Amino acid sequence: MSLNAWSIYAVVIALLVSVPILVVFSAVFAPTGEVWRHLVDTVLWNYIRNTLWIMLGVGLATLFTGVLTAWLVTTCRFPGRRVFEWALLLPLAVPSYAIAFTYAGMFEFAGPVQSALREWFGWSRADYWFPDIRSVGGAVLVMGLVLYPYVYLLARAAFNEQSVCVLEASRALGRGPWRGFFQVALPLARPAIATGVALALMEALSEFGAVQYFAVDTFTTGIYRTWFGLGDSRAASQLAAILMAVVLVLLLIERRSRGQARYYHTSTRYRPLPGYRLKGMRRALAVLACFLPIFFGFLLPGAQLLVWSIQTAGRMIDLTLLRLAWNSISLAALAAVLAVMVAAVLAYGVRLRPSFLTIAATRVASMGYAVPGAVLAIGVLVPFAWIDNTLDAWMRSTFGVSTGLLLSGTLIALLFAYLVRFLAISFNTVEASLAKVTPNMDGAARSLGLGAGRTFFRVHAPIIGGSLLTAGLLVFVDVMKELPATLIMRPFNFNTLAVRSFELASDERLADSASAALAIVLAGLVPVILLSRAIARSRPGGGR
Amino acid sequence: MIGKTIGMTRFARVFGMAAILMFAANLIGSAIAAEVNVYSHRKEELIKPLLDAFTASTGIKVNLVTGKADALIERMRSEGRNSPADVVLTSDAARLFKSKQRDLLQRVQSASLERLIPARFRDPDGYWFGLSIRARPIFYARDRVDPAELSTYEALTDEKWKGRILVRSSSNIYNQSLLASLIAVQGPEAAESWARGIVANFARKPQGGDTDQLRALAAGEGDVAIANTYYYGRLLGSDRESDRKVAAKIAIFWPNQSGRGAHINISGGAVARFAPHREEAIRLLEFLASDAAQEIYAEKDYEFPIRDEVPRSKIVASMGTFKAHELPLDRLGEHNAAALRIFDRAGWR
Repeated sequence: MSLNAWSIYAVVIALLVSVPILVVFSAVFAPTGEVWRHLVDTVLWNYIRNTLWIMLGVGLATLFTGVLTAWLVTTCRFPGRRVFEWALLLPLAVPSYAIAFTYAGMFEFAGPVQSALREWFGWSRADYWFPDIRSVGGAVLVMGLVLYPYVYLLARAAFNEQSVCVLEASRALGRGPWRGFFQVALPLARPAIATGVALALMEALSEFGAVQYFAVDTFTTGIYRTWFGLGDSRAASQLAAILMAVVLVLLLIERRSRGQARYYHTSTRYRPLPGYRLKGMRRALAVLACFLPIFFGFLLPGAQLLVWSIQTAGRMIDLTLLRLAWNSISLAALAAVLAVMVAAVLAYGVRLRPSFLTIAATRVASMGYAVPGAVLAIGVLVPFAWIDNTLDAWMRSTFGVSTGLLLSGTLIALLFAYLVRFLAISFNTVEASLAKVTPNMDGAARSLGLGAGRTFFRVHAPIIGGSLLTAGLLVFVDVMKELPATLIMRPFNFNTLAVRSFELASDERLADSASAALAIVLAGLVPVILLSRAIARSRPGGGR
Repeated sequence: MIGKTIGMTRFARVFGMAAILMFAANLIGSAIAAEVNVYSHRKEELIKPLLDAFTASTGIKVNLVTGKADALIERMRSEGRNSPADVVLTSDAARLFKSKQRDLLQRVQSASLERLIPARFRDPDGYWFGLSIRARPIFYARDRVDPAELSTYEALTDEKWKGRILVRSSSNIYNQSLLASLIAVQGPEAAESWARGIVANFARKPQGGDTDQLRALAAGEGDVAIANTYYYGRLLGSDRESDRKVAAKIAIFWPNQSGRGAHINISGGAVARFAPHREEAIRLLEFLASDAAQEIYAEKDYEFPIRDEVPRSKIVASMGTFKAHELPLDRLGEHNAAALRIFDRAGWR
């Protein structure tokens, strides 16, 4: 494949993926009535305030938890480290709406915890104070718990890939462990950490189920309400466009602030990281710091799901659950392969020819993650239906044959929707990893006569293989949990675990919905463990 | 790694083929048997027993997609004249009104539907038909509230209820319809001051679903709640003892009985404008209105049948009889957007 062809593919694919996003965005220029006036006068400021608090809270929580735990397990030695290494990824498998309803179920006024307190102490409502789980704080807590693994994953991979020589050089120059971390390791890992936090923030911004259940009105819930309640799709799209613009600006700021810095690995000498042996109090703190996120993000909600599943097993666990699991897993696997292939083409296309067009197109194409799922799904529905109906009309008038809807309402359209939604994850992961391959490699391969395509397969793909796998598994886990697009776009008689779990939960049958939610978690465990091993092996020259 | 890449592509290819085969099988399948395609706003768990019974008695296969009401309406709209949808099932009247307004439905004339469904529960032009009735009365905690203290929805704005009322968010259609009925009867100003009055008496920020209100009521977080009856029915009929304990602590109060009556809504069905299987679609609606199906509504979903003659299940019968507000159901749809704005202004999230 020649250099030009590859770039053209990249641009064409990026533009295709951008269509639904542009459909949503196009509403910006449409005139709207006085709905805006109403929003500004009543609820808009509340949406903005809550959304900002959530961004700040989730951003800090995921940054702190993710970086701290990643640093501890990669560079320190303490009991249980080997287990924590993969177990810290487990909360990733828990859907945010599932953790939201388990937490609400446990900690609300009528839940077992407060009921037990009232019974023990003979309290009634006015006698005590208990933090309200259905609040901005509660939403930040549960989202932070299931989203920190993005930061952990990418930060850990980055710490792992760092040449130990760099750290040793910093030690030789008199930096202690703390300063070595803050002045050398952290700045070097910055692109990866920023990517992780950005992914977490984008997901938090577009989150609907958890915030809705926690009675927190955000931009996203406001978009739904404006669109479906007030019936104003234009104003809703404009709100969505504002949301995307905010994300775009944040990403730009982050990129700008890196300035001209580049993050290639310049040394090819690797040795296993020696690791600081922690003792006494520090050791206990390290164990605690790694255990708490796993306990609150996985064990506690998982246990609640398990209890409910057992209580309802007689009615809710049957063979259909297996079929649903197959549907979920096969869809997720297909979407993961697709998302990684597209991400690789785009990232490499940008690397080959970082023209304004390629960069702009790929940036827009990877914005889908920040758009509320249902809005994005409608952005996908509209162009597909347009193509189908236009083709149908043409066939009718030319041949007198109706082709009906060829793509709308099929799995193909649904897979495309997943691609649009999750390309950000795979693209950012692949791009961050590709950025660490020094261009000298490309130069050497090309001067030895390899074309751009073969250079990618024979040089880059092996080097960033771990990241490709990481990207694929992340998309897999996310598609397993995906709800709004699946719900709107799926074909007849086709259900997934997420759909079933949601339907029962939204029908206020939380206990009944637990078995399907638990199945999502279990199906997500396999890729999470694979993911962890991939990272361990991805350390160049290392591997354990 | 190259080996792995090839492995991945083969993997993708196999899945791709499988997807295409599934698609082709769907196409072929759809050409042979008699079938009907349903877009349902009602959850599969609730509607499946009814659809299975229909297939068993007619041999017509039912293809089902469920989803959130407004999203499915958008899907139908974008699919346009090629939409495969035959029947739309909704869980409230306002969405039927909305679908009719967006020109997504077609007129149906069926003598048996007209015989089975009382005129006030179907569209005067024949665009939609009510299939079950759901009521939204007041619930109270048996140990803290004397039913004699209760009278009407309006009376809940009285200061004595300060900090005692439990109700869900206004994003929910049932609250929107309740307020729409007040707008229809008393006008927007009175409706707004009612909403403000209720907000002033909230026991807590609106949260969770109707079942959550009932649980909070039993636990003592508030003293009265507004909720649909079938959630209460489910607690009564639950196989979990904890649920039945919750139900035992609370009771229904039917409001406005000496006036216009308690607020009701319907679940309903309609034939899609471009339905490819029109005949089967009408047969499905007729089946859903029949005695056999109506008993399932009461037995499994604890809803009120669409006509009084159908025998009620024990639990539904235990909720008693009541006077229902006889408002043309179109009004619930007409005033829906206005209701939402009032909620926004009143600070009812």
